[in-house]
Amino acid sequence: MAETRSFDALTEASFGDYVQLLKPRVMSLVVFTALVGLLVAPVHLHPVEAFAAVLFIALGAGASGALNMWWDADIDVIMRRTKSRPVPSGKVEAGEALAIGLALSGISIVMLALATNILAGALLAFTIFFYTVVYSVWLKRLTPQNIVIGGAAGAFPPMIGWVAATGSVSVEACLMFMLIFMWTPPHFWALALFMNEDYSKAGVPMLTVTHGKKSTRTHILVYTIALVPFALATAFTSIGGPVYLAVSLLLNAEFLRGAYRIWRRDEVVAEADKYKVEKQVFRFSLLYLFLHFGALLIEAALHPYGIGGW
Amino acid sequence: MAFRPEHEMHKRRFSRNLGVGVLLGCFVALVFALTVVKVKNGDLMHANDAPGLLGSTQPIVPKP
Repeated sequence: MAETRSFDALTEASFGDYVQLLKPRVMSLVVFTALVGLLVAPVHLHPVEAFAAVLFIALGAGASGALNMWWDADIDVIMRRTKSRPVPSGKVEAGEALAIGLALSGISIVMLALATNILAGALLAFTIFFYTVVYSVWLKRLTPQNIVIGGAAGAFPPMIGWVAATGSVSVEACLMFMLIFMWTPPHFWALALFMNEDYSKAGVPMLTVTHGKKSTRTHILVYTIALVPFALATAFTSIGGPVYLAVSLLLNAEFLRGAYRIWRRDEVVAEADKYKVEKQVFRFSLLYLFLHFGALLIEAALHPYGIGGW
Repeated sequence: MAFRPEHEMHKRRFSRNLGVGVLLGCFVALVFALTVVKVKNGDLMHANDAPGLLGSTQPIVPKP
């Protein structure tokens, strides 16, 4: 069997297919947030240690991506958005994804602990466990609140970055965590509103499938309102400052306006203009997160000149 | 006797082997760089140095 398979050129995976297994787009967000968490921390690592820390946090995220693709291969093949991924498209076998995921998890956890400290390594291990077992295996196909819980896994990187530098968890690290955690539901539900069909076909209990779009619109508004205090509170900690506060006020006002517009919209109108507002808010939500962390970075960059922070 | 033309499959295999080789090389270089930095900083050579954690050990300081 193996002999005949090895000559089947179409199923022979290239190096790029294995890179795709690690979800490089998700990794880029992880690299950015982890880097900000590390750079805004009051303790500064040696550049080589900082580079290693961000690299292994990103590798850990990639490992969870591979494990997620191993477990979700059966539903990825059904959804239009995911069917070209390496496992459902047949380029990489599910078993290979599992092996790569497990191996990279081990390497990233051990190396992060060795490069920085054991608490950072333990947090990375917990994040991989949480994303793979708690989210992918357990809750994703069980509850429409799956996105809320899964968001926690995406929220850990800046906290791990902070812990890698300081060796302990603080209120600043928790607020960075909460910023991503509370941002994830409105971000993904806005996507789910115009990707509804995909999730219905795959039988994933997205809120749009189980509770309908009207309810999802209300959820988006409620979660956006709940997100605002966490985003603004960060401004008054040691990593915040006037620049962050100004940026955050503008972004939150716009995000709230977008969520309100989504909430007010009728499904017929939304379908008529092909979910124009929902797509706008989804794109803006990416900018929202990017600029919040960017503002934190600016505050940290201004610190040496005595103008960052309060 | 002419060599057979290279099959596309071999190109993919080569890209994979090259990729793994380069990654391993980079990993070795990174571990070496980390070791140099940690030795220069005088850090402990294991992960057990997070403050307040069980198993934390004190660095051995030579007696004056």
